[in-house]
Amino acid sequence: MKILVCVSNVPDTTTKVTFTENNTQFNTAGVQFIINPYDELSLTRGLELTEKLGGTVTTITVGLADTEASIRKALAIGATDAVRINAVPTDAYFVAEQIAAYAKAENFDLIFTGRESIDYNGGQVCGLLAEMLGLPSVNVITSIEIDGTTATMERDIDGGREKLTANLPLVVSAQKELTEPRIPNMRGIMAARTKPLKVVEPVASELTSAAVGFELPAPKGSVKLISVEEAGSLISILHNEAKII
Amino acid sequence: MTTNAQEFTKANKQDVYNHPDYYLLDELLSEEHKLIRSTVRDYVKKELSPIIEDVAQKAVFPRFMVKELGELGCYAPQLPVEYGCGGMDYITYGLMMQELERCDSGVRSTASVQGSLVMYPIYKFGSEEQKHKYLPKLAKGDLLGCFGLTEPNHGSDPGGMTTNFKPAGDGKHVILNGAKMWISNSPFADIAVVWAKNENGKIKGIIVERGMEGFTTPETHNKWSLRASATGELVFNDVLVPVENILPGVEGLKGPLTCLNSARYGISWGALGAAMDCYDTALRYSKERIQFGKPIAGFQLQQKKLAEMITEITKAQLLTWRLGVLMNEGRATPAQISMAKRNNVDLALNVARNARQMLGGMGITGEYPIMRHMMNLESVVTYEGTHDIHLLITGLDITGENAFA
Ligand SMILES: Cc1cc2nc3c(=O)[nH]c(=O)nc-3n(C[C@H](O)[C@H](O)[C@H](O)COP(=O)(O)OP(=O)(O)OC[C@H]3O[C@@H](n4cnc5c(N)ncnc54)[C@H](O)[C@@H]3O)c2cc1C
Repeated sequence: MKILVCVSNVPDTTTKVTFTENNTQFNTAGVQFIINPYDELSLTRGLELTEKLGGTVTTITVGLADTEASIRKALAIGATDAVRINAVPTDAYFVAEQIAAYAKAENFDLIFTGRESIDYNGGQVCGLLAEMLGLPSVNVITSIEIDGTTATMERDIDGGREKLTANLPLVVSAQKELTEPRIPNMRGIMAARTKPLKVVEPVASELTSAAVGFELPAPKGSVKLISVEEAGSLISILHNEAKII
Repeated sequence: MTTNAQEFTKANKQDVYNHPDYYLLDELLSEEHKLIRSTVRDYVKKELSPIIEDVAQKAVFPRFMVKELGELGCYAPQLPVEYGCGGMDYITYGLMMQELERCDSGVRSTASVQGSLVMYPIYKFGSEEQKHKYLPKLAKGDLLGCFGLTEPNHGSDPGGMTTNFKPAGDGKHVILNGAKMWISNSPFADIAVVWAKNENGKIKGIIVERGMEGFTTPETHNKWSLRASATGELVFNDVLVPVENILPGVEGLKGPLTCLNSARYGISWGALGAAMDCYDTALRYSKERIQFGKPIAGFQLQQKKLAEMITEITKAQLLTWRLGVLMNEGRATPAQISMAKRNNVDLALNVARNARQMLGGMGITGEYPIMRHMMNLESVVTYEGTHDIHLLITGLDITGENAFA
């Protein structure tokens, strides 16, 4: 079983988000970066599968050298080896193209992405990557089991749950319930020191999109309490003061 | 005996701790140091923070944690890999203790005792056989150990101890008699590293195993401090111990004092962790608590407390980091370690007391960790050399005059 896990490097969930360059760039000053939480689930599930069935888990990250702390963490959690495509991950198409270029020659049985990265929340890499590799894809899965060359998965659908199968090789994206993320331990951290981290230069790719500007949501207003006796005035307040109906 | 995490009640509050780093000291750490720190922090936030308050309120030892801390690698991470340890540096060890004590001094105590007071003497003074027999199991948390030095009548003055052993006459055993008091981990320990005098009055280390006849470990109840750590006695009533359990490599007070150096080093990082947690909690609270129409963080009296806390914490962070570098280079002196232990525990107590006041009534409840830290620190300021004793160590070191006796 040869598994590839896409790992992106994202701001910590508690980051206070600000922008620079006329609101076109995310301000990374003082920001802590972590492994995208959905990718941590993918990685853990990948490890669980290979522990049962044998095989390897490779991680791949499109990013500059500053992403290596997260990559080392992925190795400490248990990945066999890691690849870093030495480029800024400008958009989903670019990232998918880079990963596809690497994965093409490697014949992975199973490729995991997260359902989205928690910074830009595009959620497109899974589908794009599968298309570029000519493979089937199933997104937002909450469970996956492998039997021979068949994967059995579950995913939440509106008001219920879908169970489906697909043949390997396959690209899937991880949703919250997939598994419990693993915390590395000291032995893993030591082992990670000597695990291979291969740096690959990006393939040529045309830029297909660019961020024009970012905007923060308006600050939350204060709460206005209305006494029970004045409940009747609610409609007019929503209409005239809050202006939302 | 509660042993499972499930038996404790989970708090529904999320632990949002982040360490203050006013002088950007994280830049002095390696990526690996930071990864280890975040690993221990993640573990604490996920497994310990939700239950620690209940553990302390019930004063029941969280036995399940012993194995988990072993899996994480928190026991003597600085000892060599060939004995199942981490082969890491002293800063790694310090950061681990800091993250654990940030949660609770009792949790850190369990790890400190195991790593510095049980594994370290076996590593430093034990035979190759003893090392291979005990260290890997202790490192994994398959065995829990304790350290018996203090006696009912000999605390600050351990050299006066009366616990003793003499040959049993069969050439294979010694007979151990006496009692130790205030021993962390004792009620649950599988082995005890005990310091006792031989027939010539020389102090030797001896490994006593649970189950040996005449060896009991009664628990000390009703503590108002370190309630998440079990404390007890070690009582030896004609205990027959094999001679191969005696640590061959050391004789005299130097043995236990060497272990204390390693543990005190860990405490200096740990106590700072407790201080940082109190500061972090008080700072957050002061920005959210509104009185007289504005956050209490906006009042000068509260700012004075916070500003002094972060100043003292920052100074101690520098001191502690530097001590770590000296430890790595094998140049730290016992007196330097004493200074850091004394300074950091004292500072932590002051931070805890001021932080507690800043939370008003809330500060005395278990909703926040401050009161628990404050009570814990009363033990930390006493064990491993009291506040006074460490001052006397500094005094002796700088003047050459012994003021102990
Ligand atoms: C929760 C807890 C856990 C502990 N765990 C362990 C353990 O695992 N193993 C272990 O061996 N011990 C342990 N101890 C014991 C601890 O190390 C001792 O309590 C400590 O050394 C002080 O000894 P004492 O309590 O007998 O106080 P004493 O030595 O009687 O001191 C009483 C007071 O007199 C002062 N004093 C003593 N001598 C002098 C002097 N020469 N000049 C000036 N002032 C002096 C002291 O500073 C103190 O204020 C633990 C203690 C506690 C509270």
